[in-house]
Amino acid sequence: MAPQHGPGESGHHPTTDGSTARGAAGRPDDRRAGPDAAGHFGRFGGRFMPEALTAALDELGAEFDKAIADPSFVAEFDRMLREYANLPSPLYLAQRLSARAGARILLKREDLNHTGAHKIRNVLGQALLVKRMGKRRVIAETGAGQHGVATATACAYLDLDCVVYMGAEDTRRQALNVARMRMLGAEVIPVETGSRTLKDAINEALRDWVANVDTTHYLLGTAAGPHPFPVLVREFVRGIGDEARAQALELTGGLPDAVAACVGGGSNAIGAFHAFVPDADVRLYGFEAGGDGVETGRHAASITGGAVGVLHGARTFLLQDADGQTVESHSISAGLDYPAVGPEHAWLAETGRASYQPVTDAEAMAAFQLLCRTEGIIPAIESAHALAGALRVAPQLAAELGREPTILVNLSGRGDKDMETAGNWFGLLDGAEVRS
Amino acid sequence: MNEPQVAEPVVGRRAGSAFGTAREQGRATLVGYLPAGFPTVAEAIEGCRVLVDSGVDVIEIGLPYSDPVMDGPVIQRAAERALANGFRVADVFRTAEAVAAAGVPALVMTYWNPIERYGVSAFARDLAAAGGAGLITPDLTPEEAGDWIAAAEQHDLDRVFLVAPSSTAQRIATTTAVCRGFVYAASVMGVTGAREQTGQAAPALVERVRRATTVPVGVGLGVSTGGQAAEVAGYADGVIVGSALVRCLLDEPDPAAARRRLGALATELAEGVRKR
Repeated sequence: MAPQHGPGESGHHPTTDGSTARGAAGRPDDRRAGPDAAGHFGRFGGRFMPEALTAALDELGAEFDKAIADPSFVAEFDRMLREYANLPSPLYLAQRLSARAGARILLKREDLNHTGAHKIRNVLGQALLVKRMGKRRVIAETGAGQHGVATATACAYLDLDCVVYMGAEDTRRQALNVARMRMLGAEVIPVETGSRTLKDAINEALRDWVANVDTTHYLLGTAAGPHPFPVLVREFVRGIGDEARAQALELTGGLPDAVAACVGGGSNAIGAFHAFVPDADVRLYGFEAGGDGVETGRHAASITGGAVGVLHGARTFLLQDADGQTVESHSISAGLDYPAVGPEHAWLAETGRASYQPVTDAEAMAAFQLLCRTEGIIPAIESAHALAGALRVAPQLAAELGREPTILVNLSGRGDKDMETAGNWFGLLDGAEVRS
Repeated sequence: MNEPQVAEPVVGRRAGSAFGTAREQGRATLVGYLPAGFPTVAEAIEGCRVLVDSGVDVIEIGLPYSDPVMDGPVIQRAAERALANGFRVADVFRTAEAVAAAGVPALVMTYWNPIERYGVSAFARDLAAAGGAGLITPDLTPEEAGDWIAAAEQHDLDRVFLVAPSSTAQRIATTTAVCRGFVYAASVMGVTGAREQTGQAAPALVERVRRATTVPVGVGLGVSTGGQAAEVAGYADGVIVGSALVRCLLDEPDPAAARRRLGALATELAEGVRKR
């Protein structure tokens, strides 16, 4: 976040490894230094929120700025990541997958983090900020339950009260994660309004926040929402790309030709991309959930298949009808099943710095199986979208470069949570024949 | 607006005129909310007419939206019903036109995305043409409202922004500086819906607003009875009632009985704002 920096300037926030990588001299790129003081990435982002929350959002931004400039906060965050969350995660050259892909595939193993995904970075960062602000109560939204579990984990670890809003439809589909959150001491509130899914859980969390903002922090789960959330979340998850960039240089002696990540709200992708934005030769690919195919209308590809509008506090691409009513999204991956996207991705798409493409359920599940069989790694279905996309662009890159390309894929989470979905998809639960 | 059978277009009144009249009469202005299209467009218009006939001074027409984060369960349910029954954004103009024809200012209360989708300038043009008075924008603050303020200027429309108990003095100053019609003071930190008490913070908030502006102040969130209306009328220029009115229609399956309940409550509230 850079209220004190205009667009085009670079900040110098310490990173989690204690260096100051962002905006290092000689790597200027105004697309990396955003947003402006009001949270705008170009025409995207900003803050479209009830006035009642303005003071809290201002306070959050100011406190975050102070915290991120405070060496003791950064050291404590770094310690938690290292000692508690098992970071930095390895960068792994997937040799058997590479042979199949026709590209050298580097996997950023966020699946090995505590709680099994990149999300632990964001929740630990925000929870530490909550302690600093002297608040005691944390609320969060969750779709499939991953962010809810991560939030409940951080709250147990840091002794904070935790309430998680979850669509009633999702609590039925993800009963095990509901039990996990409750096991960790969180209160889970099923949301019965609207489509009873993630977007309605966000609405209900916002309603709670308006009424309890003095005592409560809304721990948003992705790099979306009103300013300062998109930049705040990015700064807490940017370690993904900061680590991966250094690891790639060490492992391969150079930068990858491309970085691939899945995009729902977009936190793992922005975390993976951020360090590479100034590296003009590194292509950035965001793979959205194409569901049954964008042409069917049953998808969650906000950038590819949506239009510019305002949802949950930011101007961005979203799925909407002719009247501006939000349209329900569809994806086999609950973590990507959201009808909008973080505003920085909208901006990276519009400026052309990153390319966004849809990956269908079927493509993602094929990649899911391929990684299982070639590497013995069961990925989250979300992350399988990134893998599928990498497999798609590999031959294009090879043709363009005239050599085997190196593609860094953010393996944002592990797939234990998805075994029921995968079991149904591949017919593994009832002994039926394996698909494909 | 150009149909041949209409002799002249409806010239709608702006909210300021209603507040002025009430002030001359030594009472507070009663602002009543109903969502357009709930349960149908025609019935919502009927409901607005009942409010006007019962003494409501300004009608706030809600624009049903899929993600109403500032609304409590009553208005959420009404909006869901309206959308399920096929409400379209353009229906709000018909509703505003009917209210304006009844001689009462019609403000549209809307979340921002439907307006952006329609086109800010086009919406302002069509609302003005229908005789609408302006917009109340619960999730748009002045910082993001440049296009809307310009369009409102061009079409002579009211723009009502919200202030809250958490608003700093500086924000109250900047927000009220661009309000026209009235300033919407949220009496409590929370969403819409009837409450036992309308909020300890409201009188102090109204006082802070008055220090910043001469634009009238309306207080909303939580008012549901004549007694509460009288209490708020004691310190504010306007009393805003939403959920309590909507509930009359939501709870009563028989349309005629629902209108009677609506009329009775509106009458009680109208008496309340005269008892300050």
